[in-house]
Formats: sequence, structure tokens, C-alpha cells
Amino acid sequence: MADAAVAAPKAAKKKDKSPAKIEIINENCKACDICVDVCPQNVLAMRKDPAKWEGYVVEVIDLEKCTKCMLCEIECPDFAIEIS
Amino acid sequence: MTFDYSKYLRNQYIPHMWCPGCGIGILLKAILRSVDAMGWKNDDIVLVSGIGCTSRMPGYVDFNTVHTTHGRALAFATGLKMARPDKHVIVVAGDGDSTAIGGNHFIHFCRRNIDINMIINDNNIYGMTGGQYSPTTPPGSYASTSPYGHVEPNFDIAKLAIGAGATYVARGTVAQGLILEKYIKASFAHKGASLVVAESTCPVQFGRRNRLGDPVDMLHWIKERGVAMRKAEKMSEEKLAGKYVMGEFIKDDSKLEYTERTRMLIEKVQQKENK
Amino acid sequence: MSNKLELWGGNDLIAQAAIDAGCRFFAGYPITPSSEIAEQLARKLPKVGGIFMQMEDEIASMGAIIGASLAGEKAMTATSGPGFSLKQENLGYACISETPCVIVDVMRGGPSTGLPTAPSQSDLMQVRWGTHGDHEIIAVTPAFMDEIYSETIRAFNLSEKFRIPVIILLDEILGHLHEGVQLPDPGSLEIVDRTKPTVPPEEYLPFDDRFGDVPPMANFFEGYRFHITGLSHGKSGFPTTDVEEVDAIQMRRQRKIIGNTDQILSNHEYHLDDAEIAVVAFGSVGRSAIDAIDEARKQGIKVGLLRPLTIWPFPEKRVLEIAKQVKKIIVPEMSLGQLILEVQRAANGNADIVGVQEVGGQLIRPREILAKLQEVI
Repeated sequence: MADAAVAAPKAAKKKDKSPAKIEIINENCKACDICVDVCPQNVLAMRKDPAKWEGYVVEVIDLEKCTKCMLCEIECPDFAIEIS
Repeated sequence: MTFDYSKYLRNQYIPHMWCPGCGIGILLKAILRSVDAMGWKNDDIVLVSGIGCTSRMPGYVDFNTVHTTHGRALAFATGLKMARPDKHVIVVAGDGDSTAIGGNHFIHFCRRNIDINMIINDNNIYGMTGGQYSPTTPPGSYASTSPYGHVEPNFDIAKLAIGAGATYVARGTVAQGLILEKYIKASFAHKGASLVVAESTCPVQFGRRNRLGDPVDMLHWIKERGVAMRKAEKMSEEKLAGKYVMGEFIKDDSKLEYTERTRMLIEKVQQKENK
Repeated sequence: MSNKLELWGGNDLIAQAAIDAGCRFFAGYPITPSSEIAEQLARKLPKVGGIFMQMEDEIASMGAIIGASLAGEKAMTATSGPGFSLKQENLGYACISETPCVIVDVMRGGPSTGLPTAPSQSDLMQVRWGTHGDHEIIAVTPAFMDEIYSETIRAFNLSEKFRIPVIILLDEILGHLHEGVQLPDPGSLEIVDRTKPTVPPEEYLPFDDRFGDVPPMANFFEGYRFHITGLSHGKSGFPTTDVEEVDAIQMRRQRKIIGNTDQILSNHEYHLDDAEIAVVAFGSVGRSAIDAIDEARKQGIKVGLLRPLTIWPFPEKRVLEIAKQVKKIIVPEMSLGQLILEVQRAANGNADIVGVQEVGGQLIRPREILAKLQEVI
């Protein structure tokens, strides 16, 4: 049984060197900011989007830093992030 | 790389109705990844719920789904499981639904040790009805019905389930979705009454009233209150006040499951009858 | 028809009839005077491979039978007045989700704990209107042992045919009465099963009105994945607040019952042809009425009986016809006047309507009905 305090995602352990592709599904995003917060590499940020009633939407600002740890995808409550 | 949730979703109803930053969406995803890991077919699963925010989950998944009356999901689920013991019966509920109005069904589900997978999204509040206090609202916190601070002690749902006889009990948090998924998978693999409590966030009804900030702050708040089981064993009652313990508390495969016991009884009666 | 005369108690016979009707799931909670039904099914169901469960409460029993029915079982619960009150919310769920199930209510005196061991007919309105919201319901009211058997079979059949909860309304006397009865061979019974969909799963809608007012019903786990909710829903089963959609499904649920009363209503009529006075009564009081009428006829009083075997929906057309034919209608009942309200409504002023009411916890005897007949003549 893993200790609950250690939250090392399995995906992060794999040495996957291929470049990440992050897709934000805008219509599902509710701009809760969780993905931005949980990303250990600051790959994501919120930007203003007047078209959304929330006023914001998430965007990728530094794709190269992405290690595909999947934390943003796991913690997104809204099916708004896909990583490949 | 991203898990393909779409094969388990009624995609026409996504985006879902839950508020920005609500933990239920994180829980739903952990459930779907666990279903996939088990290799269960959509047709073989029924997802049953009661009333409340969490109980809107069945509408979004492409299984057999029942959105029942307040607190009664386990009663309906018991009928479904007894009629088709070979199928997978999952119940999702909120803290109020499962331990207030549904408290009686909850303890008897544990006692019977029936093979139903109960998953509770514990966000310490009645969200849908407007932020009233629930049996898990921490003492002192604010709700629309505790405007001067909550005066009642709160339930430890996991201890309640263990005391009542559940044979798999674990608690995780939506702040750590992968660990939560691990517990849900283990509960699915377990034959008997299983419970996974997901400590969860309600930024709109609980967070706002208790000045816990935005969804991100609240996720941190939930995470920081969690103490791993092994660490908690060494901590005093005072130090554990206001915290919750995380881990797999019980995993007992030695007890015979209820549908199995019923099947054996029927076989015994029928053998005697045919003599 | 077997010739063997067997001794049966009312409650025990319901249990046997349920099994013969195909019931393979019972969930209940102990309550006087219905408990023998649960006790008998605890013995009998395992023998036929069925499931008996004593649940933690009345509410759970009602929930469990709806769950079992969704999985394809014919399911039943049994209770008395206080327990029926507790089942009301889930009874409404069965109505809105159009889930077949059978509920036995062996009536005792009330309100509240009331008279657990004494008869009453004062649940008549609570079985009709106890759950909130507009809904139809079917309730059957046998009075003799052979009827207890046949009406139980009919209750399951109507429930499956019309996707609706059906209530078998007994009273303490009928539940505990033991009499000789000749039962039909179970193989000779007409057993109705719910209509399954003929469309492929991708076209299936659980509340589809293209096939008439009773939509075909798929069982869970058979490839037709669908959603059931207690919220107002459309044909797809998913919640809606669309005024037209909600209105359409409410009207269809009403129509499937009141548009098919020819298949649902059943009355026992006795000496009504030349009657100048009519008695309307059901259950054990209906039996007293028969004896009273026999005696009155000997005395030259032209009196007849309407004894509904289906009490809900109420046989309002027949009551109106009778009200136009007779001068007076006597309504004996073990309550302070529930049946009489329906008779008055249906008669619409066409006859004088007089009640004979008893709420002390004893049967209305033939002589009390006879005395009223002699009084009003």
C-alpha cells in the first residue's frame, strides 16, 4: 500500500522523451485554475477570454517544459485537458 | 496518453453541471479510469445515486443508471444486486445523502457485506439545496443553517463503516486523484461491501461561507487537512483535530459476501426440497 | 381446476399467489397485521430460487423492489398503514419511473400506530393520494379467498402490463381469516410479462410514446443502457423542465390508466338488475353486505350490491349508472367516510347517499347494514 502522502504519478516515472501535445477543450473549461496550480513546471496559465462567461480560459504557455506527468489532466474536474 | 473517457460518457451532456472547481468531476474521472482498469463492460454496470450534486453523476455515464430518491440509493442498489449478483453495482452519494437521510441504509449495507461499491463525495455541505450543514460539516464552520458557527460534532464516515461491518474501507481526496483511483480500483476488485470516501471540495457553498478562497485554495485546504494513516497512528487526538486520516483502513477478504451467502442458502433449501 | 379444497389464511395465500404470478423478489419489514406474508415468502421463495429480504425499514423495502424490478424481476413488498406511509415517496418514484411492482397493504386502524391488530379501511385515500404529485395508481380489493388468489395474480399482471405500481388492499380480517378454497392449477393461469422493446438499443427510449401509452420496457443489463430518474423527464429518461415535454409525459402517464379502464376495472355485482337501493362496499365489509342483501331480499327489499374489485381507478361510470337507477345508495365502510366521498362524486347528485361507518376496530356486521336498509326504505 502506497503512503497517501506520496503522490508520485506513474506516468512521470516513464522516460518518455517525445514532445508533449496538450489540447485544451475550451467549451468544457470552467476556468477553475486547478490545472495551472497543480502543474509543477508552470506549463499552463489563465488568459482572459471575453467569449466565456467565466471570463477566462486556460492556455499553454510553455509546452517544452511539460513532462507529461498528467497531474493537470487528473485534477481537471471538467474533461477539459487532453495530453498526448 | 490521456485516458479516453468518452467511451464511458454520454458525451452529449458534457460539459457537466457542476460548478467551477467542484471536486465531483475529479472523482468521476477516477471512477471511470477504475472501471476501465477492471475491464468492466458498460452493459454490466449500474450506477445508482440518491439526491444532491454528487447524485447527478449517473446522468453523465453510459452505463445503466438510476437517479433515485434522497438517501435511498443503497436500497435500490440492493434490489438490483440481489436480482443480478453477477453485475457490478456502484453507488455514488454525497455526505448528507449517505449519512443523514440515508444513514440507516448505509450501516445495514455495511453489515450485510453485500458486494456493492459505495463511493462518497464528502464535501461537508449540502451543495444543491444551498449550503446547509451536513453530518460531516466540521464543528465551528459556517453553513446557511449554521450562520453563527456549527455546534454539532461531525461523523467520521470511515469509522462508521468499519464499525458497521464493511469489509473494504478507504479514504482519499480529490486533491490526489491518482491515489483516489487506486482505492477505487481496490474497492472494485474487492468482493463485499466496500466504501471509498473522497474528501472533496465545494468552493461555492462550503468554501465561500468559510472564507477558504478560490477552488485552488480550497483544494490546498483539503489536501493539507489529510494525514496519512501511518502518520496519524503516532499523532495525539488534539493534533488530529480538524484533520482527516487517509489510507486503506480495512481490506478483509475472509468474510463471505451477502449474495454468495444467499445463493448458498437457496441451494441448501432446494437440495433439501428435492430429496 | 383442481377439486381439492385447501385451508388457507389470507396473508399466506397472497404469498403463494405471488409466487404463482412469477414473483421472485420480496423485500419487506415486519408489521402487524401483514407479517405472515413476509414469513411465508421467507419459507417459499428460496424453494423456487427467489430472493427474500427483510430490509432495515419500510422505505428500503420499497426501494429494493423497484431496484429488483429494473433488473427484470417481478417484485413485491407487504405492509400496513404506518409502513405504507413510509413507502409513499418511493411509491411516487415507481409511478414516475413507470416501474412495475406490487405492494400489499393489510389495513389496520389509524392514524399513527392506531389499532395494529384490528381491521380498518381507512387507507383507501392514502393508497390513492398519499404520494405527492399528480399520478395514477391501481388498487385491487379482494374479499374472498379465491379472489385473494386471483386478484394477486391480476395485480402482478396489471403492473407488468401498464408499468405501474399496483396495490393489493386487504384488511386485518381478510389477512388473518382462514377458509377453505379451491385453487386453480398454476399452469392454467394467464401470466403477463412486461413488453420488451423491439427496436435496437441505439434507438431505444425508455419513455417512447410511439408504441402506445405504455412504452416498452427494457431490463437493465440486456444491452439497452438507459437512465431512470425521479425528476420530470422526457422520452429519453433524462431530466427536463421543458413545459411541453413535461406536460406530454404527465398526460400520457394519466392516459395509460384512465384510457384503459376497460382492461383494469373489475366489479362484482349482485342483484343490481331490479334494485331500488344499492350498496357499494369492498373487502370484508363487502361480504357483510352480501349477507345483509340476502336477508333484505327475503324481506322484500329490492337491494343490490356493487363490490369493486378494482377500487382505483374508481368505477365512476358504473356508480353513475347505478345512481341513476336507484333511489338510495348505502356505503358501509370501516372509516369515517372515504369511499362515500368517491361514491358521492361519481353519483353526482343522482341518488341519496347514506353511510354506515365504523372506526372502533371491528367489522361492520350484516345486521348493521340490514338495519340501515330497513331505515332508508
